[in-house]
Amino acid sequence: MKIKKGKLLIDQHDKNFMYGGKFGGNFVPETLKKPIDDLTKLFTKLRKDKKFLKERDECFKSYVGSPTPFIKLENLTDYLKGAQIYAKVVSEANGGAHKIYNATVHCLIAKKAGKKFIVGDTGAGYAGKMLSMAAKKFGLKCKIFMGAKDIKRQRPNVEAMKKNGATIVPVTTGSQTLVDAVSECMRYWVSNCDTTHMCVGSTVGPNIFIKICAWSTAQISRELFIQVKEEFGKIPRKIKLLNCVGGGSSAIGFWNEFMDTDAEFVGIEAGGPKNSNLHAAPLTNGSKIGILHGAAQYVIQDKEGQIGSTESISAGLDYPGISPLHCFLKDTKRARYTSANDEEALKAYQLVSKLENISPSLEPSHAFHEAIRLAPRLKSSEVIIVNSCGDSIKDKDIIKQKLGSYKR
Amino acid sequence: MNSKIAKTFANCKREKRAALITYTVAGDNTKSNSLKILNTISKSADILELGFPHNTPIADGGQIQESSHRALKNGIKLKDVFKIVKEFKNSNPDKPLILMGYFNLIYQSGENNFLKNCKDSGVDGLIIVDLPYPENKKFSIKCKKKSIDFIQLVSPTTSDERMKKILKDSHGMVYYISMLSTTGGKLKVAPKKILQNYNKIKNINRSKNIVIGFGITDKTIAALKKADGLVVGSQLCKTITNSLKKRLNTAKVLNKMVYKLKKKII
Ligand SMILES: Cc1ncc(COP(=O)(O)O)c(C=O)c1O
Repeated sequence: MKIKKGKLLIDQHDKNFMYGGKFGGNFVPETLKKPIDDLTKLFTKLRKDKKFLKERDECFKSYVGSPTPFIKLENLTDYLKGAQIYAKVVSEANGGAHKIYNATVHCLIAKKAGKKFIVGDTGAGYAGKMLSMAAKKFGLKCKIFMGAKDIKRQRPNVEAMKKNGATIVPVTTGSQTLVDAVSECMRYWVSNCDTTHMCVGSTVGPNIFIKICAWSTAQISRELFIQVKEEFGKIPRKIKLLNCVGGGSSAIGFWNEFMDTDAEFVGIEAGGPKNSNLHAAPLTNGSKIGILHGAAQYVIQDKEGQIGSTESISAGLDYPGISPLHCFLKDTKRARYTSANDEEALKAYQLVSKLENISPSLEPSHAFHEAIRLAPRLKSSEVIIVNSCGDSIKDKDIIKQKLGSYKR
Repeated sequence: MNSKIAKTFANCKREKRAALITYTVAGDNTKSNSLKILNTISKSADILELGFPHNTPIADGGQIQESSHRALKNGIKLKDVFKIVKEFKNSNPDKPLILMGYFNLIYQSGENNFLKNCKDSGVDGLIIVDLPYPENKKFSIKCKKKSIDFIQLVSPTTSDERMKKILKDSHGMVYYISMLSTTGGKLKVAPKKILQNYNKIKNINRSKNIVIGFGITDKTIAALKKADGLVVGSQLCKTITNSLKKRLNTAKVLNKMVYKLKKKII
């Protein structure tokens, strides 16, 4: 299994839409074949359409806010006395996270497809919040599926969705988290695919959704590539790009432009509570390949193929599967994956928000833990960049409960 | 034409009626009870579909999810499913039984191993919800080699060109999904319109047995009785749920329901 140079990762699949012959595909009910096919044709056309690209860039610039800041974390670097630590503060994008890129592009596509309704799933609530924001901007009626457990633990984002006029459908089946929200959203699309556009909130699901999402979040590394060159005069040889992975959309977007460089990619999964067998880290813990939400991927499951339970303090990472793109990056050894547990993520959050002017949400705090662990072992000539892809404000209830107080 | 499924359709045709196909979930609500249900309803049902439950079923509505959940909570495993099939087939050797489920369970047990178990227990056909055409090409050939009917699905969104290809690759039986819906949805398309689509498919190849499923209940079944076969699933799962709530004998209640359904199409 090999990655080709000079070709976008999302396009490195075979005719069955499989990456490395093993990951991805379209394992969907017959009813979705045509809508997926239509969407694939439309997207293939749009991504070559100069007018569409201009529209997208204009949206990214004036609506999303591009570029998001690239800053050196001087205090954290001084404190750890090792590698230089930087952050790409993607949480400064409109809405507070990278989910805005995918949401915006999906709304643009839905308009081109002549659809008036849009549906999406959400875990941390960011994907839902952003979709509701973008839908409002583009005049689409929006419905969001969200696990009942997540509705409780991500209140600020739920409020935002409501304010944007979206209908929130609480999902009460299974674990009542992201995995169930995605399932329920797909079921809804099966029944309404003639009138409704579906947005999958991460680089998971049938192939076209992986493609659209990764193509959208690639904006992050397009900006970063320029910012890194400006900062260092070139792309440094010893550079590590650290990103948390739930479904994997922020990480893919963060790494895309650096694919053919020497940059090292580290993906950090959610290790779950310290003293628990439950986690959301299929790559780190050697889960087997299985089929979830229409795609073959490493997925937490039992021997029979029943999808396994997960647990994580961060709703955004609390998902049993992982993008087929990351499975591909892992098996080709282009990226390496590890995990941080709940306690480590909380501690990292605490340290970063104490020393620096940024306040990462619990998802990127998993990546910051790895940065904090690695930095002291590296030379000061080495560079670590963390994608700070979400803001802690959405986690204020959890943080208050765990640490006694929350300041922002 | 020597499969039990084909023979059953031929018999029904001789009797000038549609085949009644039931769907229940293996292990709902217990292993022994689901076997008892199969044995009982097979008096009225022509073909039995048996679901092997998955906990992330992306094409199933509430009723079948609930049945699957009950079965999994009771610890049903694939080996139990095959045991149920085998025991059923021991007492009903000529009654066709079709397993229905999601691909991940087959993927984990290995395609060849799964098919061997199907063969050994007496499974006549397979419906895999999330293995569409052309992804199912290889698997469907494997099924054919084992004389197991691989049942292709077509839906209102299937284009004419695709429909022709699917029918060409299909075995004896093809499943037409009546409307854009998961299982358990209310019939939102007029039966006349459904039969129109059905006839379109039928006209591509009249030798295929086309069955209609999704949204079929005792209220809607009569209007569709011109089809080769009709599948009732969610209503049976819901009936099990309700009879469990009322602490009734589920097999008995289900038997009555299936008998009633049968009466409506003969
Ligand atoms: C802030 C944040 N980071 C990361 C994630 C994980 O998703 P992904 O791996 O697709 O970036 C989420 C998902 O909700 C999120 O809200």
